[in-house]
Amino acid sequence: MSISEKLINDLIAANVEFVTTVPCKQLADVIEKIEHCPRIQHIPSNKEDEGMGLCAGAYLGGKRPCIIMQNTAIGVTINSLVTLIQFYNFPLPMLISYRGEVGEKVACQVEMAIHTKGLLQQLGIQTYHFHKQKDADEFPDILNHTFMSRKPTAILTDSNFWKGNK
Amino acid sequence: MIRSEILKSIAPIISNELVICNIGLPSQELYMIDDQSSKFYMLGTMGLASSIGFGLALVQSQKVIAIDGDGSVLTNFGTFPTIANNSADNFILFIIDNGSYGSTGDQPTYAGQRTSLAGVAKECGCENVFECKAENAKSTLQLALASNKKTIIVCKCDSGNIPVGVIGLDPGLIRHRFMGEVAARNSF
Repeated sequence: MSISEKLINDLIAANVEFVTTVPCKQLADVIEKIEHCPRIQHIPSNKEDEGMGLCAGAYLGGKRPCIIMQNTAIGVTINSLVTLIQFYNFPLPMLISYRGEVGEKVACQVEMAIHTKGLLQQLGIQTYHFHKQKDADEFPDILNHTFMSRKPTAILTDSNFWKGNK
Repeated sequence: MIRSEILKSIAPIISNELVICNIGLPSQELYMIDDQSSKFYMLGTMGLASSIGFGLALVQSQKVIAIDGDGSVLTNFGTFPTIANNSADNFILFIIDNGSYGSTGDQPTYAGQRTSLAGVAKECGCENVFECKAENAKSTLQLALASNKKTIIVCKCDSGNIPVGVIGLDPGLIRHRFMGEVAARNSF
């Protein structure tokens, strides 16, 4: 089973039925598999704050949501995270490609990587970092914890984690 | 007619509907005119009323009306392609377009000048897009509710505000009671 398939199976097992995505090269495979997964309603977003609105709406409708996006989106979504997701106690697992770490080929990505964990800490967002594929063993518990606590959760997945994913 | 008069005119026909209402004065006015558990008031996050409403419409079968404003829609044009390209005939986006940022002091928006929100919505692929005058807000919304089709209404009106208090409800309570309404209506 590929790492994409494992993560999707974990989402399904946690009753996540609504997923919105904004693409990243690192996430291409998992997004493609979600698009073809009959158990998950996949609605692509044009921007990550729009996606957070869609996820909030889906949760209001009784469905567990998840957003899949790049770490640059933390810069885009701070207001939505604080005034919508956190203020109203919406649970939201955020599966994030952590670009700009060791192995990165695009220098500009490093600029946001430097700020990613600091911003998440400043926002008081529960944060997990998947560096090795074994780290994803905790993904089911993280999902359950997110919905139990009704808070956003950041799951940062770096290039080493996705290495060799098909 | 100004926004509060439009909200008063449509209040009877949306009283029992699921409504996501835009930040600021629109929510404060609707709260004052006809507070219901089926109303989700946005206390922050300018621009996302249509996205929250559409997300809700996508996952359950009850009708959803998102009440938005021209200034807010201008911050989230990405919503139109998403609405256009996904099916949810239970969704109505009702944009009150007074050509100004009403909650912040009536500064003019571009929607009150050369930019047509209805035109943008159509070019993004949305169908059933109607622009109406404030006087026809109720009848246009009634037709949309009866049509059972995904609809966008741009209701043109005058700029202006009435004195209104802030919403005293806790955000968690707004969410909790709204979710109770949604669950109850989907349980039969």
